[in-house]
Formats: sequence, C-alpha cells, structure tokens
Amino acid sequence: MPIRINGIEADLPPDPRVSLLDLLRETLHLHGTKKGCNQGACGACTVLVDGERILSCLALAVQYEGRDVTTIEGLSGEGGLHPLQQAFIAHDGLQCGYCTPGQICSALGLFAEVARGAPSAVTADLAAQTVTLSHDELRERMSGNLCRCGAHNGIVAAIAETYDAGRLARAQPSEAAA
Amino acid sequence: MTPFSYARARDAADAVRLGASPQAKYLGGGTNLVDLMRETVERPTALVDVTGLSSAISESDDGGLLIGAATKNSAVAEHLAVRQRYPVLAQAILAGASAQIRNMATVGGNLLQRTRCTYFYDEDGSRCNKRAPGEGCDAIEGFNRIHAILGASSACVATHPSDMCVALAALDATVHLQGPGGQRSVPLTALHTLPGDRPDIETVLQPGELITAVALPPLAGAARSTYRKVRDRASYAFALISVAATLEVEDGAVKDVRLALGGVAPKPWRASKAEAALRGGPATERAFLAAAEAELADAAPLHGNGFKVELAKRTIGAVLSALAGGVA
Repeated sequence: MPIRINGIEADLPPDPRVSLLDLLRETLHLHGTKKGCNQGACGACTVLVDGERILSCLALAVQYEGRDVTTIEGLSGEGGLHPLQQAFIAHDGLQCGYCTPGQICSALGLFAEVARGAPSAVTADLAAQTVTLSHDELRERMSGNLCRCGAHNGIVAAIAETYDAGRLARAQPSEAAA
Repeated sequence: MTPFSYARARDAADAVRLGASPQAKYLGGGTNLVDLMRETVERPTALVDVTGLSSAISESDDGGLLIGAATKNSAVAEHLAVRQRYPVLAQAILAGASAQIRNMATVGGNLLQRTRCTYFYDEDGSRCNKRAPGEGCDAIEGFNRIHAILGASSACVATHPSDMCVALAALDATVHLQGPGGQRSVPLTALHTLPGDRPDIETVLQPGELITAVALPPLAGAARSTYRKVRDRASYAFALISVAATLEVEDGAVKDVRLALGGVAPKPWRASKAEAALRGGPATERAFLAAAEAELADAAPLHGNGFKVELAKRTIGAVLSALAGGVA
C-alpha cells in the first residue's frame, strides 16, 4: 500500500532510513515543507497526517504506509490560497518565510484539536469538554513552531483571525436554521 | 544513520518474535529513537514497529485504567477519564514536548526515552559512560546545569527526561511486559535503574522484552493531583525541576500523599522520604517544606546545578500548599 501525499499516491522508499521529510523534499520535490533543525526542535517540517500535526523529520516514511499526508502544497486550491495563508500575508506573519509552511500546517492541526476540546498545558479546567482559544492557549499550542525572525505576534494574529472567521462561518448555517 | 531492517508487528507475540534478533529495537513514534539513530548514538540493525499494537485506554476490573503501550501521548492527555481521575498525568504529558511530538510519541516510547544530556548526544566530541561504558563522563566537570542532584553516580549524572513518568511514579502505575520468557509486570518505580557503574543499563527490561501496557490503579485521591514543571522557557523545554503530587487532607492532617520529582535524578524520583515525613502530620506549609528538606538531604549537587536543591524544595512546598489550599 503506498502513501498518499495531498491526495496523490506515492511509493514508499525502499530504504527505511528515509524520513517522511526527505521523501517529500528529495524524492517528490515538494519543497514547501522545510528542514530546519532535523531533530524535532523547531517545527519547520510540520505536516498533517490524517489531519493530525506531526514532525516529518522524526518520522520514518515507511511507518506512514497507507496514510494521508497533507503538506503546504495541498492547502491552496483553484480558489487560490487557503484563508490561513492569506491571513499570514495580511498580518505580516513572516519575514524570511522558512518556518511558515510548518506554522500553517501546525495551526490547522491546532484548529482540529481545539474543535474537539483537547486540553493544553495552560487549560485551567482539564475536565472541561470544550476549549476557548484564548491568546495564552494559542501561544502555548503553537510553542512547537519557532520563528527566528520574531514574527510571532503576526503569526498569532493570523491564526486567531482565521480561527474566529471559521467559527463564524460554522455558526451561521445553524443560526439560519434557527 | 546505519542501515537497518524494518518490520511491522501485528501483535505483541509477533513483536516479541521479531524483536528476538540481536541488535533489534522496538520502534514507537520515533521521536527519540530516530533522532538518536541519526546521531549514530543508537545503531540498531533491525527495527520492529510496534505502533500497531494496543492503543486502547480501557477500564480495569479493579477500577483503574489500562493504557495500551502504543497509545499516543496526546491521546492519553485528551482522554476524559484520565483528565478527571488522574489530572496529574494529563498535566504532565501536556507539559512535555510539543503538540506535534505528543501526536507521534507512544506511551511505551516515553517510558524508554533516553537522557537529554548533551554529552550523551555528542558522540564525536565527548566521553560518556552511558554510550561507551568505562570511557569516562565529561558532564561531571563540564556544563552540568541540567544534570542530576539525586541518585547519580561517579560514572553518570544524567537525568531521565520524561514528564509523563514522573506522574506515573506518583500514581503507583504498573508496567506490563511481554518477552521471550512470557509476561510479567513491574511497578513503574522499579522499571528504571540507577546508574551505579553501569549507566548504559537503564531499565530492568530483559533482552527482547516489550512494554505492552501501563496500568493505573484506582486512586480516589488522584482526582486531587497536580504537576508543576519549572523550566528555562514557558513551553517546549525539558524540566529543570518538576513535581507530581496527590494530596488527601482530613481534619488538617495529611491522610495520604504521593510525591515524585522530575529533572533531578537518573530515573523518575518517588520522594518516599518526604511522603513518610508528611503522612499523618499537619498539612501546613511548614510541614511541606520540612518534608522537602528531608527528601533533599541526600542531594549531591554538581558545580553547575546547586540551584536545583533549593528550587526542588520550594517547588515541592508550593505544589503541596496549592493542593492543600484547594488550588489544584
């Protein structure tokens, strides 16, 4: 069974030493996912696997047989950039841009975690089944993605705005039905 | 990375069969092992992928919880029964690593993660008795701010890096094992060994033995438990000091207390001396600090980490005071 990258099937590498990151970049020439530290300390290589954010540098590609991988290249469609990509531009959420694909994939994983009520280290009530994405929650949940340019304030603003817009969009149909 | 073969285990018996080859290692999420292989600190010739084994969290007959060893760290922290009945465990896991890493890392792998001593990682430039027994230890006279103050030896002063294990030590968790010789269980506090003159041996696991599950006992008092981690930055850093605690107070006296420390020792450190000093005594800040003093009496700080002794005492005092005062 192959691996699916942005909906397209790809062969697994014959050598099990190949990381998912190197499969993406060196074999499939998907250079959007970045190699920062290559040791799990920076988050630049973050991709989504079946919707969950992981570090592709610490992932052996062979472990992800049959799984659905989404990279930054898989986010924009015929309609143009993903809303979160547009928000990063609007809020100057980058300078050099090297950490940006990882930041964006990480934030999309974060959205799913918050939507199902997963707690974080700063969640006051661990037993609560819903989470409010406060400023502190957002920063804690994005702490695995470093930005050496120091664009963190713009990154937080872009993610917060996109999250709020998504909540509004989801809320509207039910309001209309009511 | 040196070459290795890769096989995916169907179940625990299959894993043990595949893991019987010399130099084989079990592979969970890879967040530590793959990194160490890339640095050639670890050089297994065969990897047995055990991420397909049990990742279920189920109710035990005794009223506790049984957590499959392949369960992701994030899944444990997110599980509602863990959050409600063992909040110290959810907090400890959430205090560690990053969301991405917690999504990859397994419970079994977390138990067996290796030290973050920089000299251990520096294969080309440093001596390390854990990597090469008998070679010497460059940490003892080197930069040892992050190193151990309890339980270390003249051969090794490295700390165990896990947050999750500190909570499990406080909770009296049991680790289920399966190996060529059959199944057995060991208390979490007996899984890891102190370095002595063989710091390369870190656990009581026998060759080919696999962690299959972690059992949490039923502990009514654990609903009132907490984890506090002190580190150099607010998130995504290993602990300088961490404290896992449960506390039951009745009529102003300590009915039961469980206390474990992280960042201070080569293994998750159950603070038995402090517990003994506290049980049955007054639940006051003064008593908490005296108990911390008793636990740290044996501390042997190095030239770079003397601050950990005072930091550990004060963190223990603060955590127990918070639990006693209702601020969990």
